[in-house]
Amino acid sequence: MPNNTEKTYVRSHEPVFWGLFGAGGMLTAFFTPVMILITGLLIPLGIIDKQHFSYEKINAFATSWYGAAIVLVLVALPLWHTLHRIFHGLHDLGVHRGRDWQQVICYGFAFAVSVFVFTLLLQMF
Amino acid sequence: MSKRNPYIRKLPMDWWMKQLFYTKYMIREGSSVFVTLYSLILAWGVFRLSQGEVAFNGWLDALQSPFAILLHIIMLILALYHTITWFSLAPKAADLWVKGKKLDEKVIIAAHYCTFVVVTVFCLLIITL
Amino acid sequence: MSELTVEIDILRYRPELDSEPFTQTFEVPYTPELSVLEALQYIKDHLDSSISFRWSCRMAICGSCGMMVNGVPKLGCKVFLRDYYPKKVSLEPLANFPIERDLVVVMDDFIQKLESVKPYIIPGENKCLSEGPYQQTPEQMAKYKQYSMCINCGLCYAACPQYALDKKFTGPAALALLARYNRDSRDNGEAQRMKIVNQEEGVWGCTFVGYCSVVCPKDVDPAAAIQLLKVESSKDYLIGMFKPD
Repeated sequence: MPNNTEKTYVRSHEPVFWGLFGAGGMLTAFFTPVMILITGLLIPLGIIDKQHFSYEKINAFATSWYGAAIVLVLVALPLWHTLHRIFHGLHDLGVHRGRDWQQVICYGFAFAVSVFVFTLLLQMF
Repeated sequence: MSKRNPYIRKLPMDWWMKQLFYTKYMIREGSSVFVTLYSLILAWGVFRLSQGEVAFNGWLDALQSPFAILLHIIMLILALYHTITWFSLAPKAADLWVKGKKLDEKVIIAAHYCTFVVVTVFCLLIITL
Repeated sequence: MSELTVEIDILRYRPELDSEPFTQTFEVPYTPELSVLEALQYIKDHLDSSISFRWSCRMAICGSCGMMVNGVPKLGCKVFLRDYYPKKVSLEPLANFPIERDLVVVMDDFIQKLESVKPYIIPGENKCLSEGPYQQTPEQMAKYKQYSMCINCGLCYAACPQYALDKKFTGPAALALLARYNRDSRDNGEAQRMKIVNQEEGVWGCTFVGYCSVVCPKDVDPAAAIQLLKVESSKDYLIGMFKPD
């Protein structure tokens, strides 16, 4: 059926979330494996000496302006990627009820953790 | 009179288990649950760091438990799965043309893996400096 | 020579008789060069003349004989019994489409989606005939040629879980067709078509499963078309923030 009357098109705001998803996905693809390897395996298993991950060293890094920015990006940005996927994954799994609330909870969670980490870094400054 | 009566099949809830391609897609999407978990562990680490040396060392000690090690191994595998799938799909979102020809997908994928190796080695070096 | 045979399960549905589809098994003489479409023709000629399926060209040009072969969307003429023999082959009508009868599906929604993306060249300035044709270099043609190879067979819609979950989604073939016109140097309709792209049911209904490109018999790669349109839609979104229309 051809539509003779011009349809009204509603612009989606998805580009905002997709942009964050893409940036986070890129970061996760390149950095997360080596980060897990270092903080989760090499340091705890003592393969890399603990002194390389000492309080003094990490604290000095996280309280420098560039270090704080790096920590914030490495911790928070992947969440904007993963919660975007979780939000769409719920749809794939057939959880159709309350899509609005699912969206608020998913992206709200990423936002809350981002603010949490940002505040911590700010107060440590 | 029309004898038409189109039959609409229902999509089963477990549609993604019935075809390997869809299952791999769901694992790809599911990897994000574990990456989320890892980000939360790190966020918790920043929190403990802000509380001082004793708290931070407590966080480091907690990471040494066998459960934490096992969890990190699982997270590492899924993070790598994300990396592999991300790189394999990356050329589709790139529209790079060189001398009137579309850049070969293999070149883009190879460039991603090279960067990945450089990043990994760089991070390992910087932590041990 | 002993007669080799292969078993073929067909999901049947006769709207005037059946309340739901059922499986019927046929035994067909096997030769390695027999396509699934030819096996169906054998069944119709020799075993059960009531069986319904669409076909025309027998050479992957017309796009009529799409069906699920062992759960995978394929063109019946482009898939051969030898790829499955001696295992049995199961044939079902294309997934995600309503069944009209046996292997014939209702394609109305698909056709409507194809029509909805303004799939025709929208010229900018109308040139006078005396000024000659709209010219295009091979490089300009290369930008869209791949997306113009679609034969409208519907396999990508049968492969798309997002279309299965939400029939409002514009879907792979229609979006690839849209990209085909947006990327054509002779076309000036991008602004009109971006409105279609920018919608929730435009490119944003896609989660990049990627199966559409795998099953496409003509290597159109709709998944790539959609991802590139997502990039375009994001640019359009940014521009729209500063320059609302």
